[in-house]
Amino acid sequence: MIGLSAELLIFVALMLLGYGFGSLIERRHRKSIIRRELELNRLPAIASRRPPEDRPYAQQLVSGSVVIGSDYFKTFLSGLINLFGGRVTPFESLIDRARREAILRLKEEARDIGASHVFNVKYETARIATGRVPALEVLAYGTALIPAADISRSTHDTSQA
Amino acid sequence: MLLSNLEFLPDRTIKSHLGLVQGSSVRSKHVGRDIGASLKSIFGGELKGYTELLHDSREEATERLLEQARSLGANAVINVRYSTSSIAAGAAEIFVYGSAVLLDE
Repeated sequence: MIGLSAELLIFVALMLLGYGFGSLIERRHRKSIIRRELELNRLPAIASRRPPEDRPYAQQLVSGSVVIGSDYFKTFLSGLINLFGGRVTPFESLIDRARREAILRLKEEARDIGASHVFNVKYETARIATGRVPALEVLAYGTALIPAADISRSTHDTSQA
Repeated sequence: MLLSNLEFLPDRTIKSHLGLVQGSSVRSKHVGRDIGASLKSIFGGELKGYTELLHDSREEATERLLEQARSLGANAVINVRYSTSSIAAGAAEIFVYGSAVLLDE
């Protein structure tokens, strides 16, 4: 009986910790994403495969990646939703944050080398096995186009792309 | 060496195609990082250890791709693609491939 109530106590504590810190981290992250998206809106990431030919551009592969894990509360809640089926909203918001963060990191790398566009942007999502709690990696990559006048600012070394 | 995931380069001509080049890397993290990650799994948020691990792994795979391209005498790799697969608990494979080409200077 005592063992059972101790287990219940730990479960409730983990749920509260997960909910409290989880939603705090999520709110902060969302805020930072929105702020940086506004800053980087002038550097478009484009899914088109055909680059513009209006002027010469230097090219360089750029990428951004992030691994985001779920929290205890979300994991439990999604298990519950799984019983009934339907939209698993806790994970939808997780994936959304991961995708946007990956694109932001890609754009930050592109901005630092003086690019004006990123073309042929592709996403890669992978589930990362971290024991019981789901985590996912999102990679965004594409080709940064650097206007010819700015080529001197680029490193020309793509080996660390 | 030029790396690009576009299929062609607007202002350069491809002199010759040298074939497919690839690089891969399988990595897993050490126990300390795993413990950190399992603590993080209560609170959620970014798992920085894993982000770095996969980033380093991708760099290594890219380095291997470039090595292969250099040995073929290429000066660019175009149409580069990445792929990731989790092959066992705690290990991920990063694979990168593309076409090695010789561009006109």
